Amino acid sequence: MQTMKDLIAEHPFFRGLDPEHLDVIAGCAQNVRFQAGEFLFREGDEADRFFLIRHGRVALSTYIPERGAITIQTIGAGEVLGWSWLFPPYRWHFDARALEVTRAIAFDGKCLREKCQADSKLGYELMRRFASIMMDRLQATRLQLLDVYGGRS
Amino acid sequence: MVVARGDLQQLLDALTAQGYQVLGPRVRDGAIQYDELSSLADLPIGWTDRQDGGFYRLEKRDDEALFGYVVGPSSWKRFLHPPTVTLWRSRRTEEGFELVESPQDPPKYAFFGVRPCELHAISIQDRVFLQGPYVDPIYRSRRAGIFVVAVNCGQAGGTCFCTSMGTGPRARKGFDLALTELLGPERHEFVVEVGSPAGAEILAQVAHRPATPEDRARVAEIEAETSRQMGRQMETAGLKELLYTNLEHPRWEEVASRCLTCANCTMVCPTCFCTTVEDVTDLTGQEAERRRLWDSCFTMEFSYMHGGSVRSSARSRYRQWMTHKLATWQDQFDVIGCVGCGRCITWCPVGIDITQEVAAIRGEPVT
Amino acid sequence: MNTMSAEPIQAVDPMAPRWYRILQRRRENHDTFTLELTPEDGGAPMAFAPGQFNMLYVFGVGEIPISISGDPSQPQRLIHTTRAVGTVTKAMSRLGKGDLLGVRGPFGTSWPLAEAEGKDVVVVTGGIGLAPLRPAIYQLLAQREKYARIVLLYGARTQEDMVFRRELERWSARLDVEIFATVDRATSGWRGNVGVATTLIPHAPFDPDDTIALVCGPEVMMRYTVAALEKRGLEHEQIYISMERNMKCAVGFCGHCQFGPQFICKDGPVFRFDQVRAIFGKWEV
Repeated sequence: MQTMKDLIAEHPFFRGLDPEHLDVIAGCAQNVRFQAGEFLFREGDEADRFFLIRHGRVALSTYIPERGAITIQTIGAGEVLGWSWLFPPYRWHFDARALEVTRAIAFDGKCLREKCQADSKLGYELMRRFASIMMDRLQATRLQLLDVYGGRS
Repeated sequence: MVVARGDLQQLLDALTAQGYQVLGPRVRDGAIQYDELSSLADLPIGWTDRQDGGFYRLEKRDDEALFGYVVGPSSWKRFLHPPTVTLWRSRRTEEGFELVESPQDPPKYAFFGVRPCELHAISIQDRVFLQGPYVDPIYRSRRAGIFVVAVNCGQAGGTCFCTSMGTGPRARKGFDLALTELLGPERHEFVVEVGSPAGAEILAQVAHRPATPEDRARVAEIEAETSRQMGRQMETAGLKELLYTNLEHPRWEEVASRCLTCANCTMVCPTCFCTTVEDVTDLTGQEAERRRLWDSCFTMEFSYMHGGSVRSSARSRYRQWMTHKLATWQDQFDVIGCVGCGRCITWCPVGIDITQEVAAIRGEPVT
Repeated sequence: MNTMSAEPIQAVDPMAPRWYRILQRRRENHDTFTLELTPEDGGAPMAFAPGQFNMLYVFGVGEIPISISGDPSQPQRLIHTTRAVGTVTKAMSRLGKGDLLGVRGPFGTSWPLAEAEGKDVVVVTGGIGLAPLRPAIYQLLAQREKYARIVLLYGARTQEDMVFRRELERWSARLDVEIFATVDRATSGWRGNVGVATTLIPHAPFDPDDTIALVCGPEVMMRYTVAALEKRGLEHEQIYISMERNMKCAVGFCGHCQFGPQFICKDGPVFRFDQVRAIFGKWEV
């Protein structure tokens, strides 16, 4: 039987994290499972968690009255979902909905923030990992904005 | 061997008798141009050319030299790689289309008065059109039968730098016959070097005497004098690496502020080979033809892909031309694409000097 | 990887096209179409290697380079896919069954399928960039046992912009190849991934130490793709890209397609990345 610490350690997001820190953050984590169509969170709701996706796929979307829910991005196994828990006002900016049965590890944001406050080395490590994800997503978004597929024959 | 001025016409006659169309330098439109020669009298006798950046004037000499000038705006490329050629013609038929063969037997050319730098230019275009994975049938057919009478340079032109490029001022190979004009108060003769059996065969039909050690010494002196006159030079050591590592040098921006992107340099260059293809139809739409025309990397269309030109700035186009000529050419064809003839300097309307541009980058490399 | 012989090609005239008749024309999306051609002279079909291209000529209008998108094991049907974006391709898009096209080729280098044997193969492509890779995928699947994992990462602007949707579905149904498609913009009905193609790379199932990557798409997309593959641990020698430039002759004479020292027509279009790395992405080269 794998422990929560094992599950966290094998997820790419926390690969190589100090075992001591794994113990600390495992205390803020729990396994979660969502059915296809089920929401992980809704825009405007309190952002009190983030997810390491282990299996399945989640659509991040926003709602436009005349067009319905528009998917901005999909997030799958091995990826991380949710960073609004990091900064006030701790509100989700998008809707997140499982496209298929999705298993994830959910972290309690408030719990983690307190641990980071107490251990700035852990805090730095977590921030560093989130910053890297944010940079990747920003770059991907910029490429998306370039609308590159218009120009090739 | 030595041929007297008075007997040199026999050389022309022998070539004509063998069925060659003899082409050589003539005065046309105020410049030395290559065109058909019917007799030696067609040569620019007693003329010379004064050249500098963006400057070209013909002037009278105080002698009757046959070859007392260097190169003008045209080069032999005009005959081997013509400015426009029809590649094929096609006609619409009941079933579809048929290719209308246009058999163009190329003329049998004798080039009379090819300068050493131009011999090198021809050998460079040979690499482009004959020695790659594909062979250009047009170039091949025109090139195959040519007879080359080279002329060693008795003086350097104002923009010449062949000594830097190792292409002159004396021809070493690539000719059937090579002439050196010996001109003095009491003499007007031509030392003739034989470069091929065909050359020997033609020379046999021309009155000549054996060359003396003094004649040979004079030829060597002329080579040395001409080399000394060379007013420009280009350092070629490490040139490729220099340009490869200076694609972002500020000098490109500076030269672009002067460059008119007029493409003159590419048109007069004896090695520039780029072309474009035009597909056209007649008015009825029944017949179509494909033409090949000289093109230039200085035009916007040259690098156009749907949506825009890859090289839209003058900076990038000058850089492409010069970097191709001096650097990438070496990777492509194992030789520098410049022969030091100086045409691009002379015929640049604003006198941009490729030797100065290299020196500027060499002087302050960015890397 | 250069499929051309070292001996000069003594064609009577490398610029003279051979006539082909259009057997079928299929619409791929709003501006992309596929033509199936057969030689009008009834002669031997054109043998080609995946990644090579032809020059296609519309009578009296002009000629353009288009990659071959068909199955190399079925050369009797010469297949080309292109977008109607320029004068020639628009004229081509108005042709139909029975019309004639001039064809010269095949030209250029091919995808390194022999070098990839025994390894994982990851194909990263976007938009119509899938066209020059389809022959490679056909061949990889036909010789499936020679390769380890085969992964296709395909990005398009929207679901409707995707080309070869039938094949994509057919391939997706196979258990021995993994297809990940993604769109920049999700339109209604799209249940797949959303995000640029490069976002698929970090978690795609291949072993970076033993993988050959075949990349074709818009140049900017290829730049991001190479960066993402590098981040995943691939060396430049493991990455192959297909380049595009203005092209007039396809045999190295016209000079138009030069990319630094390379002629895209004869040294490319497929390059191992380290061959072009020094100038790839440099402005206006």
